[in-house]
Amino acid sequence: MGITRRQFFGWMSAAIGSQMVFRPDAKAASTHYFTGYADSMGVLHDISRCIGCRKCEAACNQVNDLPRPERPFDDLTIMENHRRPHADTYTIVNKFTLPGVDAPIYVKKQCNHCQEPACVSACFVKALKKTKTGAVEYDASLCVGCRYCMIACPFNIPAYEYDNAFTPEVTKCTLCQPRIENGKLPGCVEICPKEALTFGTREKLIELARQRIRNYPDRYIHHIYGEHEMGGTSWLYLSPAPFADLGMREDLGVTPAPALTSGALAAVPVVVSLWIVFLTGIHAISKRKEQTAEKEKQAAIDEILMVQQEKLNKTVAQLKEKAKSEQAAAVKQEVEKALAAAEKDADQADSASDHPGNQEEK
Amino acid sequence: MAHPTPRAKTLFTPFNVITGIILLAGAVLTVLRFTKGIGAVTNLDDNNPWGIWIGFDLLCGVALAAGGYVTCAACYIFGLKKFRCAVRPAILTAFLGYALVVLALHYDVGRPWRLPYPIFFSQGTSSLLFEVALCVFLYLSVLFLEFTPAAFEWLNWRRARHIIGKISLVLVIFGIILSTLHQSSLGALFLIVPSKLHPLWHSGYIAVYFFISSIFAGMAMVIFEHAIVDRFLHDEIDEEHHIESNTVALGFARSAAFLMMGYLMIQAIGIAIDNDWHYLATGWGLWYLFEMIGFVAIPALVYAVGVREHNIRLLQWTSGWVVFGIILNRMNISLVAFNWQLPSDQRYFPSFPEIMTTVFIVTIGIVAFKWIATRMPVLHVHPDFPDDH
Repeated sequence: MGITRRQFFGWMSAAIGSQMVFRPDAKAASTHYFTGYADSMGVLHDISRCIGCRKCEAACNQVNDLPRPERPFDDLTIMENHRRPHADTYTIVNKFTLPGVDAPIYVKKQCNHCQEPACVSACFVKALKKTKTGAVEYDASLCVGCRYCMIACPFNIPAYEYDNAFTPEVTKCTLCQPRIENGKLPGCVEICPKEALTFGTREKLIELARQRIRNYPDRYIHHIYGEHEMGGTSWLYLSPAPFADLGMREDLGVTPAPALTSGALAAVPVVVSLWIVFLTGIHAISKRKEQTAEKEKQAAIDEILMVQQEKLNKTVAQLKEKAKSEQAAAVKQEVEKALAAAEKDADQADSASDHPGNQEEK
Repeated sequence: MAHPTPRAKTLFTPFNVITGIILLAGAVLTVLRFTKGIGAVTNLDDNNPWGIWIGFDLLCGVALAAGGYVTCAACYIFGLKKFRCAVRPAILTAFLGYALVVLALHYDVGRPWRLPYPIFFSQGTSSLLFEVALCVFLYLSVLFLEFTPAAFEWLNWRRARHIIGKISLVLVIFGIILSTLHQSSLGALFLIVPSKLHPLWHSGYIAVYFFISSIFAGMAMVIFEHAIVDRFLHDEIDEEHHIESNTVALGFARSAAFLMMGYLMIQAIGIAIDNDWHYLATGWGLWYLFEMIGFVAIPALVYAVGVREHNIRLLQWTSGWVVFGIILNRMNISLVAFNWQLPSDQRYFPSFPEIMTTVFIVTIGIVAFKWIATRMPVLHVHPDFPDDH
């Protein structure tokens, strides 16, 4: 990888610069916190006032043009089952008979329109949005149908049209946003004969709920469900009995859903930046190690070769020396032999010539 | 058959007959799914929007395809040249694995033709599923490119083979980054549901758990897969692969044993941080311990023994065990321990068509692997490209 230092700095500043230019609203670790849009609307459900007439269910069915249910809305026995909203029912009322309490308690259930909704943060195509007026809106034209919103919702509200093969949608209460825009009340609020449902700005509703608890401390549990649950919801509840006994979970905590995932999301750019450094670094180290090992191997081989060569040279030299001396010795020997032979010959010649000489002398 | 060849005679092998029946059944289910809707073939409902098509096909599919990036990292980043023979089969498995994950998603989501929306049309950047979608899309492309050398050698496209060889390191690094991100974000998907997933499985560290377990899942898969390939595609494997596969098994098993022990430690830290100890004494606790001891601690020890004794056969069996443990873990998180507080009559169990669709998709993977491995230089070196791996 031939990266020059200049290229490296160029890329790094481009990466950091793009983060700073395009993400001016990044504030993961700041002290900023969100308490909801000002003047956003909500509904206060006073459970103690509900008589279980199911008129809200019928009104919801009507204003949303939903198919007629199998069992009519005046069949009140259906409330014995603890139901949840489904594809063609955006709201339901369940009946709870608590031990030691004579009258049954009726609780309405629908989308709570969270201040910072889990479904909105979970949607990977922004098909769900929290509007400034309070409603959590669904845009079917974007929805892929992954159903992660249904997984994410702590209240088990969104439903799916599983039997629709070609245009299935996620369905849930819309807070009657279209009616609100036309200056009307949500269908369920408008029809409620006992004023168990009150529509208004969330701030006002919280004040109203506090006032009711203050005025009738014996009638209510001293808690406004939805004021802080999961970071707060647009629907708020007052109850004469513990919420947990009415199918409303009290163990959800007060952390808004997006805060649960912000850490993991924040790790993404860190992993990308660091992994590039680490992985190229490790690659460079292992490559260098390999090269060093190769060099050292070569050096060792060279050294061994050199030593061997030297040894060889020495041996050759020694051998040469030896051969030379042996040769010299051989030559010497030969010379000596030849000399000796020559001497002998000479002697013989001498003695041969001595004879006639001797004879001459004689 | 226009050209009756000797192969035509053996067309009705047991393998072909069984896969043929499964593929036929899958075709019928496919028609049902896309004409009658998800509800017609699944047991999914409003409380249980994700079933085995997500729990198995997506979560297990991605985890078990981790062999691709793990082997590439070992060979090209850490420079363990002896792992080279494992790279191509691992990349092929990963590529097919991810391709099938995407195929399975077409069955699971309501409007599959909108699957490109999160990437090209309307980016929901606050969602971890967006991160998963983006990474899986990019990584599938990277895997495709990483696999092309084998295809180019098969087709004898020398120039293309040469060009792709030049950018292989960049692809490897990109692939590891993307894998780190989406392997972990598959776990992070569940960060948002502390109220639905049992506390023993839910943890702030769940993303790290998914990442670490994907590493040893990938290693186990490489070892296990070689055992299977050795048994059924023996003739495709050349001598170099035969010899080096033992080195790979020993190396990966040793690393996996350490990793699995480290994984157990971070699991314990997760329980300590949330102070979930008291759940261990419940039925859920027993199930959790069954998973952690029976499918992490014990196989890790058996790996260690197998490495010490150079018992390759034992390592292969243990790898199958680890693979099963990963499947158990992903199913526990997405299905078993998810919605644990709901009454049993509101819990999910997959329908027969749902299971058959998953079997169908896995079968497509096996058939595709066999088709490619018997044609392209995956399990052996191409004679014309000896050193180009």
